[in-house]
Amino acid sequence: MTRKQKKMLLRILISAVLLVAAVMAPYEGPWRFLLFFPAYFTIGWDVLWRAVVNICHGQVFDENFLMALATVGAFSTGFFGEGEYPEAVFVMLFYQVGELFQSYAVGKSRKSIAALMDIRPDYANIERGGGLVQVDPEEVAVGDEIVVKPGERVPLDGLVLEGSSSLDTAALTGEPLPRSVAPGDSVVSGCVNQSGLLRVRVAKPFGESTVSKILDLVENSSSKKARAENFITKFARYYTPIVVCSAVALAVVPPLLWGGQWGEWAQRALIFLVVSCPCALVISVPLSFFGGIGGASRMGVLVKGGNYLEALAHTETVVFDKTGTLTQGVFQVAHILPQGCTERELLETAALAESYSDHPISRSLQEAWGGELDASRVESVEELSGRGVRATIDGKTVCAGSARLMEEAGAVCAPCPEAGTVVYVAIDGVYMGCLVISDQAKPDAAQAVAQLKGLGVKRTVMLTGDRKETGEAVARELGLDEAYTQLLPADKVGKVEELLEGKSPKGTLAFVGDGINDAPVLSRADVGIAMGGLGSDAAIEAADIVLMDDKPSKIAFAIRTARRTLGIVRQNIVFALTVKVLVLILSAFGLSNMWEAVFADVGVSVIAILNAMRALNTGKE
Amino acid sequence: MRKSFKMVDLDCANCAAKMENAIRKIDGVQDAAVSFMAQRLTVEADDGRFEEIMDKIVKACKRVEPDCVIKR
Repeated sequence: MTRKQKKMLLRILISAVLLVAAVMAPYEGPWRFLLFFPAYFTIGWDVLWRAVVNICHGQVFDENFLMALATVGAFSTGFFGEGEYPEAVFVMLFYQVGELFQSYAVGKSRKSIAALMDIRPDYANIERGGGLVQVDPEEVAVGDEIVVKPGERVPLDGLVLEGSSSLDTAALTGEPLPRSVAPGDSVVSGCVNQSGLLRVRVAKPFGESTVSKILDLVENSSSKKARAENFITKFARYYTPIVVCSAVALAVVPPLLWGGQWGEWAQRALIFLVVSCPCALVISVPLSFFGGIGGASRMGVLVKGGNYLEALAHTETVVFDKTGTLTQGVFQVAHILPQGCTERELLETAALAESYSDHPISRSLQEAWGGELDASRVESVEELSGRGVRATIDGKTVCAGSARLMEEAGAVCAPCPEAGTVVYVAIDGVYMGCLVISDQAKPDAAQAVAQLKGLGVKRTVMLTGDRKETGEAVARELGLDEAYTQLLPADKVGKVEELLEGKSPKGTLAFVGDGINDAPVLSRADVGIAMGGLGSDAAIEAADIVLMDDKPSKIAFAIRTARRTLGIVRQNIVFALTVKVLVLILSAFGLSNMWEAVFADVGVSVIAILNAMRALNTGKE
Repeated sequence: MRKSFKMVDLDCANCAAKMENAIRKIDGVQDAAVSFMAQRLTVEADDGRFEEIMDKIVKACKRVEPDCVIKR
């Protein structure tokens, strides 16, 4: 509790004691006013004061005014007959208890969301004059060397110079497995160093480091409001004046036309006014969205605004980019198909032939071989552009590359049926077999597609610039509905536009890409989801939603979170409006009293806030 | 220019909405958002007159909720 809240609690207790004492006192008549006044004043002076100040500022119909009017009204009934003093004090007391609870609940959820985002590093260790000095991360320049001790947070993005350790990236990605780093690896700010001492060369100033970008994004997410939020704001603008006018009519019209009792109708009008505050809606709807966004970010899904959460909940079509999104974007040897030799011989020959090249394909061959390659066995390597290499290994002529190269070498080979990039190998003009190199699907890609279908996503589509065979094979393997292949980046925008036309007007289309050359498509789709990767700035900027750990299965999680959040918002709107309308109708017929009116105002707010706080609990699956 | 400010003691959600409306009506303000949960004000306004506009914003907010302070 803050100091302000503690003070309020004290006032509530004092007032409650005074109220009980006043009720017990055996006095009748006008003196009772003096008995109840201290209790009323203790609890209500600030409300009365604010009501007066706000009226001077031209803010007439706010809560303070309504509560002041209602309670002062109840008090003044004492001048006509039996005073409703206990009611007046109790209504104010109840109102303040509700307000206190409300501010406590809001403060608590603000804090728990802030705790989720507690990734801001406080200091960086920098070596000065032979010792380590702690400085503000903002003061560290690019190129400086910093030291990260075990247990500390990495303050800035950089490159490891010395030391190895494992990093806890959970705060950034929601990924529980630590990532191991060694000299030459890049580290991202916000991770926690778990074991060893690291010496890091800073690559980016603090303002551009990952941690600053993420914090900025989450803090600003609340400025992009969802349709439901804007609806509530607009609603409140019309609703309050309408209720106030009805209250005036209720107080004046029946006594004038039908000769009702002025006092009775005035009281009904007051009840009307107390119920009218739209606070339950105005607080709980943004709170739900804020909670949903906060809960998602704990799991490594960054959402840039409530409006995207809303759009995501209605996802009907999901369009994927292939490389880097559904697949790892890393080439690996998938199949070794020797002919007349062993697999190892074929792989070694191919790896040796390609050992001088730095092409991704060559690197994947060297990685698959794993061991050391004796480069002295290779002489006169000749790179044949677009076809492969010709090298002399142990005195023999080895050709490794495309089918056309085999033809040139005079080797006879059957076209390989597997999808991927095929490297054919021939020694001295004799075909030795082929190796298939392909981009592996991410381990959770198939599961991700299945989950989306389980959530009622009607179409799953893949777009790729890859060959038809490769693209379609991947789509089949992962269970996607459609695949469009051999697309240039510009074609992807066209395809997405076509798909946008094909969906129903209420449904939305989400595009998932790795953010590198997908920016136009990401912004064209209703919801652009990017594989943020650790530290890929382009993606963080272009997309509406960023998946920090690059796992496609997080899309289904994000959709579930969005739907849950929207469900909570809907419950709150329906619940608050139903109770309010009900009490309004009852009070117009004189069937409800001030207690129920205060419950319909403050009580409903509190219940709606408690419900909204559920939006934070996204992690429990 | 787009800038955001922290708001201290923003205790009433309805007031936040009222402030937002009031700020949007100020001449020179292109866009404004008051987030009750984040206790943050984001303003987009003309570069040259930013300080002058901010003075008006502070005044407008004071009128809605006197307790709330905008940290500049």
